[in-house]
Amino acid sequence: MLQYLLRRFITAIPVMFLVSLMSFAVIWLVPGDPAAAFLDASATQEQMARVREELGLNQPMWQQMAQWYGRVLTGDLGQSILLHRSVAAALMERLPVTLSLAALALALASVMGISAGIFAAMHRGQAADRTVMTVSLLGLSMPDFWLGLVMIVVFAVGLGWFPSGGFVPLSESVFGWLRTMTLPALTLALVQTGFIARMTRSAMLDVLHQDYIRTADAKGLKHSFVVLRHGLPNALLPILTVLGIIAGSLLGGAVVVEQVFSLPGVGRLIIGAIMSRDFPVIQGGLLFLAAIYVLINLMVDLLYAAVDPRVRL
Amino acid sequence: MNPSSSFVQATRRVLAHPSIVIGGGLVLAVVAMALLAGVVSPHDPLLSNFRLKLQPPSAEHWFGTDHFGRDVLSRVIYGARLSLQIGLMVVVMTGVFGTLIGGVAGYFRQLDDPIMRLMDAMMAFPAILLALTVSATLGASVMNVVIALSVATTPHTARIVRSSVLVVREMQYVEAARALGASDLRILWFHVLANSLAPLIVRLTFVFASAILAEAVLSYIGVGPPPPAPSFGNIISNGRDFMVEAPWVTIFPGLAIVICVLGLNLLGDGLRDLLDPRIKVGL
Repeated sequence: MLQYLLRRFITAIPVMFLVSLMSFAVIWLVPGDPAAAFLDASATQEQMARVREELGLNQPMWQQMAQWYGRVLTGDLGQSILLHRSVAAALMERLPVTLSLAALALALASVMGISAGIFAAMHRGQAADRTVMTVSLLGLSMPDFWLGLVMIVVFAVGLGWFPSGGFVPLSESVFGWLRTMTLPALTLALVQTGFIARMTRSAMLDVLHQDYIRTADAKGLKHSFVVLRHGLPNALLPILTVLGIIAGSLLGGAVVVEQVFSLPGVGRLIIGAIMSRDFPVIQGGLLFLAAIYVLINLMVDLLYAAVDPRVRL
Repeated sequence: MNPSSSFVQATRRVLAHPSIVIGGGLVLAVVAMALLAGVVSPHDPLLSNFRLKLQPPSAEHWFGTDHFGRDVLSRVIYGARLSLQIGLMVVVMTGVFGTLIGGVAGYFRQLDDPIMRLMDAMMAFPAILLALTVSATLGASVMNVVIALSVATTPHTARIVRSSVLVVREMQYVEAARALGASDLRILWFHVLANSLAPLIVRLTFVFASAILAEAVLSYIGVGPPPPAPSFGNIISNGRDFMVEAPWVTIFPGLAIVICVLGLNLLGDGLRDLLDPRIKVGL
C-alpha cells in the first residue's frame, strides 16, 4: 500500500510542475503589456513602472520563472496588485466557503444520484427507469448559473424561503449557514446528480446480472437486500471514478455558482481578479484550484486501492 | 446486395435508437431555426424601442421584450445562429487538435508520455475557469471565445483519440500496412485514425453541447461574444439585472439552451450506442 501511495505521488509531481508553469504563463497570453492591461489608459508612466516592477516584468523571462517556482515551493503565491495583500492568504481565507459549498453539493448529488441510479437499474426498461434517465439528462443539459438564477426567482424572490445571496459562516450560525448555502449547493448538485445517476445505473446493471446476484436471489433473500448488500459494493468502483471526475467540474461549477449567489469564495476572488487583470491572484488562484483537483484525484485513487485490493497490484 | 437495401438497413439501424431520432430531431429543429432566422423571426433582433421595454409575453411578443424593448423571441432565434456557430467552430478546432495531439501521442511511443502529462496538467484546471481566463486575457471577441473553449475541451478529446489509437495500432491490418512499406504518416492517417473515428464522433457531440453551455457561462461573467449580436448566453446575461421584474428575458433563452444541449446529449448517447456498444461512459 505504501509503495502504491508513493508511486502515485511521484507521478503527480511532473503534472504539478506543468500546472504551475501554465498558471504562470497566463501573463504571456496578454496581448501587449500586462501592466497596461491592469491600469486604465489615464495611468502615468510612474504608475506603469511601479506595476511592471510589482509583476516582475522588468526581469528576463527565465528569471521571472525561476522566481515563481522558488516562491511557489515555499507556499508564497505573491502579492495581489489590487488588494495589496498576500495571494495565498486571500485564497486560504476564502477556501472554507468554496470547499463547504462543493462538499455540501457533492453530498447532495451523491445521495440523490446513487439512489436514483439504483432505482433506475432495478426498474430497467420500465417507465420509472426512463423517467429517472430523462430527468438526469435534463439536469446535465442546463447551464448551472441559469438554474441558479431560476432558483433565486422561485425560492428566494417568489416564495421567500431562502435569501437570494450572501453568506453566513458555519462558525457563526449553523442555521444561517444552511439558509445561505442550500440554494447554491442544490444548484450545483442538480447538474452533477444526473451524471452520478447515469453512472450508478450502468454500473449496477453490469453487476446485477452476475451469477452471485442470481445465487443470492435464489437463496430467497429479499431482492432489495441483495441489491444493496451484494450489488452496490461491487458497483462502487465506477461510481468512485465519477466522483473523481466531477470533483473538477464541482470546483469549476462552484466558481460560477458563487458568482450567482454572491458567496465570498475562491471562485469570486479569481473571477474578480480576471476582470480587473490582477495577474498574481489569477496565477495563484489557478494553481491553487488545480492543486486541489490533483489532490482530490490522488485521494480518489487511494480510496480505489482501499475499496479494491486488486488495484494495488 | 444492392446499395438501396444497405441504405435501408443503415436507416433501420439508426432508427432503432430512439435517442438518435429524438436528439437529432431537436438539434435539427434548432439548426433550422438558426438558418431560417431571417424568415421565422417576427421582429428585428437589434431594433430597440424604449416604449416597449420589459413587456411581458404577449401575442405580439411571444417571449416578451428586454430592457431595450427588443423582441426576445427574435433575439433567441438569431442567438441560435451565433451560439451554434461558436459550438461548431469549437467542434472543428477540438476535432483537429484533439486528433493531431492524441494521434501523435498514441502512435509515437517516445512522445506519448510528455504529451499526455501536458494534457493531464491542462485537465487539472477546472475547464470553465480555464476558458474564462483565456477568453478574458485574450479580450472579448467571438474568435477568442472559440479559442478559449477549444483550449478547455481539447485535452480530454486528445486522451480519447490516444486511447483508441493505442488499440488500433496493434491491429493486424496496421502490421500488414507496415509490411507493405507504408509510411508512418500514411498508416496513421488511413489506417489508425480512420479506425478510431467512432469515439471521436461521440466525444465531439458532447463537446458541441458543452461549448454551448460554456458560451453562456462566459457571457454571464462578461467575457463572452461582445454585444449587440445576440447569443443564447448574452441574452441571459442582459436579462439578469431584470430577473425579478422581467424573468422572461432570462428564462426563454435558457430554455433554448436546454433544448439544444438536451438534443445534442441525446444524440451523443444514441451515437455511442450505435457506433460502439462496448463504451458505456461518456463526457
